[in-house]
Amino acid sequence: MKVAFLGATRGMGRALARRMAERGDALFLLGRQAEELERSARDLEVRAGQGEVGTALCDLEQPETFGPALTAAEGALGGVDAVVVTAGMFASQEELEAEPARALRLLEINFSRTVAFCEEARRRLLRRGGGRLCVFSSVAGDRGRKPVAIYGASKAGLSRYLEALDHRFRDQGLITVCVKPGFVKTSMTAGLDPPPFAGEPDAVAKTVLRAIDRGRPVVYAPPIWRWIMLVIRLMPRFVMRRVGF
Amino acid sequence: MLSGWGRLPLPGRQVLGEDLERVARGMPLTRGLGRSYGDSALPPPGEARVAGSRLADRILSFDPDSCVLRAEAGFSLGELNRIFWPRRFSSPVLTGTQHVTLGGMVAADVHGKNHHRDGTIGSHVRRLKMLLADGRVVECSRESHQDLFLATLGGMGLTGHILEVELVLQRIPSPWIWSEAERMGGLDRFLAGLEQSAAEWPFTVGWVDCLATGRHRGRGLLIRGRWAEPSEAPSEPPAPRKRLVIPVELPSWVLNRLSARTFNLLYYRKQLRRRTSGIAHPESFFHPLDVLIGWNKIYGPRGFTQYACVIPETDGTAGVRRFLGLLTSLGVASFLCVLKDFGGEGEGMLSFPKPGMSLSLDIPVRGNIREMIARLDDCVIDCGGRIYLAKDAFTSAESFRAMEPRLKAWQEVRRRWDPDGRLASAQSIRLLEDRR
Ligand SMILES: Cc1cc2nc3c(=O)[nH]c(=O)nc-3n(C[C@H](O)[C@H](O)[C@H](O)COP(=O)(O)OP(=O)(O)OC[C@H]3O[C@@H](n4cnc5c(N)ncnc54)[C@H](O)[C@@H]3O)c2cc1C
Ligand SMILES: NC(=O)c1ccc[n+]([C@@H]2O[C@H](COP(=O)([O-])OP(=O)(O)OC[C@H]3O[C@@H](n4cnc5c(N)ncnc54)[C@H](OP(=O)(O)O)[C@@H]3O)[C@@H](O)[C@H]2O)c1
Repeated sequence: MKVAFLGATRGMGRALARRMAERGDALFLLGRQAEELERSARDLEVRAGQGEVGTALCDLEQPETFGPALTAAEGALGGVDAVVVTAGMFASQEELEAEPARALRLLEINFSRTVAFCEEARRRLLRRGGGRLCVFSSVAGDRGRKPVAIYGASKAGLSRYLEALDHRFRDQGLITVCVKPGFVKTSMTAGLDPPPFAGEPDAVAKTVLRAIDRGRPVVYAPPIWRWIMLVIRLMPRFVMRRVGF
Repeated sequence: MLSGWGRLPLPGRQVLGEDLERVARGMPLTRGLGRSYGDSALPPPGEARVAGSRLADRILSFDPDSCVLRAEAGFSLGELNRIFWPRRFSSPVLTGTQHVTLGGMVAADVHGKNHHRDGTIGSHVRRLKMLLADGRVVECSRESHQDLFLATLGGMGLTGHILEVELVLQRIPSPWIWSEAERMGGLDRFLAGLEQSAAEWPFTVGWVDCLATGRHRGRGLLIRGRWAEPSEAPSEPPAPRKRLVIPVELPSWVLNRLSARTFNLLYYRKQLRRRTSGIAHPESFFHPLDVLIGWNKIYGPRGFTQYACVIPETDGTAGVRRFLGLLTSLGVASFLCVLKDFGGEGEGMLSFPKPGMSLSLDIPVRGNIREMIARLDDCVIDCGGRIYLAKDAFTSAESFRAMEPRLKAWQEVRRRWDPDGRLASAQSIRLLEDRR
């Protein structure tokens, strides 16, 4: 697979990109910090033991970077079969309530800009007859919950978009994979106390890679979160209003 | 709460992040995978946080011609093994567990079964990139800031935060091991066996039943090995081993003299023939306990400590004999005791190894642990030996001074690079009497 990857410098993206590189996928990294991209590219090259990993600047806050970055990826890889997006932003509900500007920024990064990036990627993939688009949303988007009102809303919007994209273009060869991580121990969540069933990035990467290969439209990772979220989705409103999560 | 491998907790929390330089800035200490047993990787009293390196785990470069690997400090030995063994390169030093970081290996200047031949990890380290107490970032090596470099090997994180490590790997003929195990009936045979094997074998180690007394004192298994030649080894690289998780803490009484004695006897008798040999999986040879994830929980809620010391062989085996005798009289309920002959003293100003015989044994924590350790320390001091800081949790500052004439010189270098004493650990407060 030839993969353009937005968000491989840290967290689950780092783990997933490593698994891809080690099994022989060709990678091209997109991101907002040149030095971080270079360091991650070298890591992936040594792990792969062959080939070069190119990079290009692409910042979700700067939509004008999307097109050129994807063009660079297509050029370097000789066409792209898959686009992966793990990039995203998190902040606690308290922080977002206290700082409206930050809340707006989060909504833009996680929702409107991510959708705009996916639109750019989708057009290009469809032009080649399809491919795979794998985007990290979150379990936080599955239900309106007190501690993630704003972050959850951004991910709820993203999940809906990805679901529709899969309905709309699967028969044209574009397979959309929406990843819904539960709590995963990355630096994004390092300040929080891990709940039971917290996952490790590499285990998530393994689950996600299998889902991409099989073209599954939705994947919960770690998988147990599928059942946890099933229960949470079934909870009546008056219960959700009482509980703290 | 945070704790070392011995599960003796202290208040504290680790702050994790991929960018170690940012995370460690202003912190008293950096911690790796927490495989040191005692309080080396715990914050000093009054500080709530230490930096954690394990997410800073990228390989930065590898040159197969010079064998030089450069990686961030949180890169683990386990990953190194997994990636480089199949390509016929190995870390020049392999510790009893692979769940350690490069930073932790350098900070403890670790040794392995090949110490008699290849020395500690420090002798294979070319450069370090460090974040200093005053916030500067420097590269140090034998050529530049040599004092900092040598004080950092074995310096237990107290000279600065290690950000990146440049290590020279070894070429290996295959990723498999040819190993031999031989039953040794008593101490003299054992020590002689180790010495003879050292001349021919790159890897040697002994497992001694330290509960056996009288004629059997010092009986155990002598294990030796070398990297297998391609003609002997399976053609495929070793697959990852199946792992078992120890899910819960066992009650503390499970580990007592009787269960330890039974285990030791079974271990000693596990091979029927006096001598066995064959191809071994490198993980079972180097990191045998790693198949049991969380095995430290078997010691129960009270936790355990490892006593690791080296005893010079100035008067033959008398020191080792005396130490084993003391273990018996103190009634230490220990599983196997690991015996390893050390080669020369390395360059690290405070590194553990020096010529002689090292002994390490796990001891469950009970009410009298401090007295017990003090008695063992006295014996080590008398024999002219010293203890290993990566294992220590209970030695007193006074005993440590008595066994470490090198301490003063190391402290001078440390103060040069951290004049305000910003860097400290729970261990440095207890053992080095740092004041804050
Ligand atoms: C089962 C088992 C077997 C072992 N076998 C051996 C053996 O055969 N030989 C041997 O020598 N040791 C052995 N050890 C000890 C182990 O190798 C050391 O304790 C090593 O330091 C642990 O590495 P870590 O990454 O877990 O570091 P931690 O335990 O987290 O930290 C250890 C020390 O290193 C410092 N440190 C860690 N990272 C950094 C950094 N980036 N910058 C500055 N300082 C840092 C910490 O401050 C602390 O003082 C064994 C331990 C276990 C649990
Ligand atoms: N961790 C969890 O528990 C959890 C749970 C549910 C969902 N998720 C979602 O899963 C995804 C990955 O999470 P993670 O924990 O692995 O995250 P992470 O460790 O914080 O990594 C985030 C990645 O996104 C990149 N990024 C951030 N903002 C960007 C921007 N404006 N433009 C381009 N790239 C940007 C970062 O690049 P830099 O190196 O430049 O910073 C980094 O590579 C996110 O979408 C997150 O919302 C996470």
